[in-house]
Amino acid sequence: MPHATALHFAPPRLSLRFLAVWRRNFLVWKKLALPSIVGNLADPVIYMLGLGYGLGLLVPEVEGVSYIAFLAGGTLAYSTMNAATFEALYSGFSRMHVQKTWEAIMNAPIALDDIVAAELVWAASKSCLAGVAILAVIAAFGFTASPLALAAIPVVFLTGLCFAALGLIMTALAPSYDFFMYYFTLFITPMTLLSGVFFPQGQLPDSVQLIASALPLSHAVSLIRPLLLGQVPAQIGLHLGVLALITVLAFWLALGLTRRRLLK
Amino acid sequence: MPLEISGLVKRFGTGPDAREVVRGLDLKLERGECFALLGPNGAGKTTTLRCALGLAEASVGSIRLCGLPVPAQAREARARVGVVPQTDSLDPDFTCAENLVVFAGYFGIPERDIRPRVPELLAFAGLEGKENARIQSLSGGMKRRLTLARALVNKPELLILDEPTTGLDPQARHLIWERLRRLTAEGTTILLTTHFMDEAERLAHRLAILDTGRILAQGSPREVIAAHIEPQVVEVFGDWTGEGAASGAAAWAARHAEALSRRCEISGETAFCYTDDAAPLLAHLAHQPGLRTLHRPANLEDVFLKLTGRELRD
Ligand SMILES: Nc1ncnc2c1ncn2[C@@H]1O[C@H](COP(=O)(O)OP(=O)(O)OP(=O)(O)O)[C@@H](O)[C@H]1O
Ligand SMILES: [Mg+2]
Repeated sequence: MPHATALHFAPPRLSLRFLAVWRRNFLVWKKLALPSIVGNLADPVIYMLGLGYGLGLLVPEVEGVSYIAFLAGGTLAYSTMNAATFEALYSGFSRMHVQKTWEAIMNAPIALDDIVAAELVWAASKSCLAGVAILAVIAAFGFTASPLALAAIPVVFLTGLCFAALGLIMTALAPSYDFFMYYFTLFITPMTLLSGVFFPQGQLPDSVQLIASALPLSHAVSLIRPLLLGQVPAQIGLHLGVLALITVLAFWLALGLTRRRLLK
Repeated sequence: MPLEISGLVKRFGTGPDAREVVRGLDLKLERGECFALLGPNGAGKTTTLRCALGLAEASVGSIRLCGLPVPAQAREARARVGVVPQTDSLDPDFTCAENLVVFAGYFGIPERDIRPRVPELLAFAGLEGKENARIQSLSGGMKRRLTLARALVNKPELLILDEPTTGLDPQARHLIWERLRRLTAEGTTILLTTHFMDEAERLAHRLAILDTGRILAQGSPREVIAAHIEPQVVEVFGDWTGEGAASGAAAWAARHAEALSRRCEISGETAFCYTDDAAPLLAHLAHQPGLRTLHRPANLEDVFLKLTGRELRD
């Protein structure tokens, strides 16, 4: 029915009511805040230190800085991506499908649009909270010393929004948790390797470079790494613009798919 | 009017796969009444409620909830409605009290206003002192009662309950019935669905029997019984050993039921004879060796089975 489809994909109708739903997720997180942060922190920090010191012996300098300082910015970017993605996929799916939390909320005067918006902002918030913790570790180890690093925090939040929006598309389509494996294997993992997290994109073959530089994580890395190194990123507008545009379009699509799934 | 549904049609799917699940349903709730929607599995009860709340889009028809048009202003209307959904959707990450406080937050009720009401709401649901209990530690009946308390955080004018007592023990059912009566006495309008005829007969001022998306009968329990079924029922069962036959009630019914009752239905080993005057039938049965009988007035379940048939659904 083209009529119903048009309605499902109508523009989002946003309101501040999303805050009540955001707060619900925040209150749950607060109960287990420490383990949650440590969980989001441990993996990237271990990789950063392990690869940074290990490979750092073989690779004395990358783009004029120590390998571990190079790796720090990439680590912050990809761990933000992972945290936002996990929250939007696994936690979002359990609230939507398993626990029926969204259904319960929709019986109150809150629209599905507000709920999906809340999930988007919440996943970004949670990834940002983890990001700040990682940034603190990076600063504590002395891999960044510039006050510009603080400017990475809003970029981390935007990165979180972008990957939360992409993740919510998958959540809207998923029949079960197993589905998310494909998303990680086919999208997230290759992107992590191609986006200049572990090595400069200049090392990639030319044809791959073109695609790789268009990936959302590449834009995040292009912003976050220079900021941690105390430099103003090149082409700030372009990178911010792409992340923002992907966020808007992906959220719109995710919302349309979610409406189609739940408002039958 | 708390709820007004006219000409509701709801289809799922499109093209050749389309299924019409609600097929032209009209429903008007009066303020302060308790209305029960009865129907076999798959009749369309939950779908009707979802449409009424603006959570599913009607294919055809118009709906007004608390005077507001649905779906256009469904969200505003829901602010004045409480809902107990068919499946529990309590928040497992929160305690009982937190469930109420957080849910009130969805209505824009600040914590300082709801906190003082929590003990009263829990007491209403027979959950005194359970403020800090985790949801996983509650029994099914406790969860259902907490869901009822949750539906009351916004002091609703209309309370919609989808099978509120399914799966509950008699104690819990009686508590819920008593609370629902108290709410209607205080002026709350109630719309509930149920599979229990006794529940509808006890609670509902009016009821509708729904099957395959259509209302088959509507009115007060007495009216529905009077309009749709003979007033007396004689259930006949046991081993019939009269007239040289050695078989069950069905064999007896095949020979005699038609002459002695208006209508007779066989279900398993029992013959249900419906009649305006049971005296001749009972007199006959007194001389039939082996058969046992139960004579009773017709009830809602008889109407339900007559209208919706005795075959299994789903
Ligand atoms: N989202 C859906 N998509 C397709 N079919 C659906 C959907 N929801 C319900 N149905 C179908 O609509 C019919 C009516 O379902 P509904 O849940 O309204 O019945 P019900 O009267 O509440 O039954 P029960 O007593 O079992 O709860 C069923 O046949 C069901 O399979
Ligand atoms: Mg149902």
